[in-house]
Amino acid sequence: MEHIELDYPAKRRVPKRAHVGVVGSGDLEILLEPAEGEIAHVMIRTSVDGFRDTWKAVLDRFFTKYDGAVRIQINDAGGTPGNVQLRLEQAVEASEL
Amino acid sequence: MSNQSYGANFINRQSFIELDARSRATALFDAGTSRELLGPFDRVESPWLPMQGVTPQEDDGCVVMKGKIGRQAAVVVALEGAFQGGSLGEVSGGKMAAALDLARVDNEKGIPTSAVILLETGGVRLQEANLGEAAIAEIMASILVLRKHAPVICVTAGTVGCFGGMSLAAGLCSYVVMTREARLGMNGPEVIEQESGVDEFDSGDHALIWAIDGGEQRYAMGLADALVEDDTPQVADSVRRLVSQGVPPVHRSSQVALYRNRIEALDSSRHWDPRELRVLWTTNGSEEEKR
Repeated sequence: MEHIELDYPAKRRVPKRAHVGVVGSGDLEILLEPAEGEIAHVMIRTSVDGFRDTWKAVLDRFFTKYDGAVRIQINDAGGTPGNVQLRLEQAVEASEL
Repeated sequence: MSNQSYGANFINRQSFIELDARSRATALFDAGTSRELLGPFDRVESPWLPMQGVTPQEDDGCVVMKGKIGRQAAVVVALEGAFQGGSLGEVSGGKMAAALDLARVDNEKGIPTSAVILLETGGVRLQEANLGEAAIAEIMASILVLRKHAPVICVTAGTVGCFGGMSLAAGLCSYVVMTREARLGMNGPEVIEQESGVDEFDSGDHALIWAIDGGEQRYAMGLADALVEDDTPQVADSVRRLVSQGVPPVHRSSQVALYRNRIEALDSSRHWDPRELRVLWTTNGSEEEKR
């Protein structure tokens, strides 16, 4: 299991927290919580070692569009980059409702 | 049922099997009455999985919800089959046992509270071995005490089904609800094949597995009390009906003599066709009721 932590700049408060997904094979769980300040902190735990660069690429791309001040925790059981992207978007949607 | 009506039902149904544990639990309550206890944001996860390089889930694959079913207090505990096969570890097992114990305390205080457990599980989580075994023992003890006060209803819908130690917990419940897709059995097909050989049980033969462990067979043998379609309103209706039915006069697991006689009467030197068992056991059951 590998731990990855990433930080991104943020501009706005997020209305509420959201929980999506499941730590099942090829899937992942995301916990998104509003945070203080102008930073988004992402903490990843993944069962597949050696994909730090891929994770950073997926999240770099996600944060080109997303500007919420949040704490995001990802528990991953081998989600593909596409799957991770979809779960992130689902979490954002659930937190804005 | 005609093909036409089956087709219409199939298209309009809201699948229960496709829901995750949290959505399944929510769907059983009267609308807007449920709240989750010890949810993912409380972050009570398994301390043992990370030590073994396994990513934990923040609710440990066990969702506990309190609310009202048919305007009566109820607790629903749902296992997430997609996380570690719905296996019971120290945390998930502890959550289920504690929820059942709190329901018992409420009943003793004069607040009638039923319990529904949604089991999609292979039993003990191997990574937590003895702690999982201990948790299942606690769950079984909790069911035995609670079922004196209020019905404890087991729902197994699939696709995991209910196996291992938790199949014994299912056996202790007041009522068991199954779909055709669900399976209920002590040893899983792969375990039997691994231990006794492919001649004993071919775990690749799905028709055989469902003929023995499947919901339709379990219901026909009198080991399940309701057989429902994979349809969320139907599952919820069935649970509501069983909650209002209250504690059964005699629990299935108390009928020791009945089941001992049935098993002793079977000649184990030959293979039995599951359909023969349906006839034999259903007939026995109706005779028992007549007495």
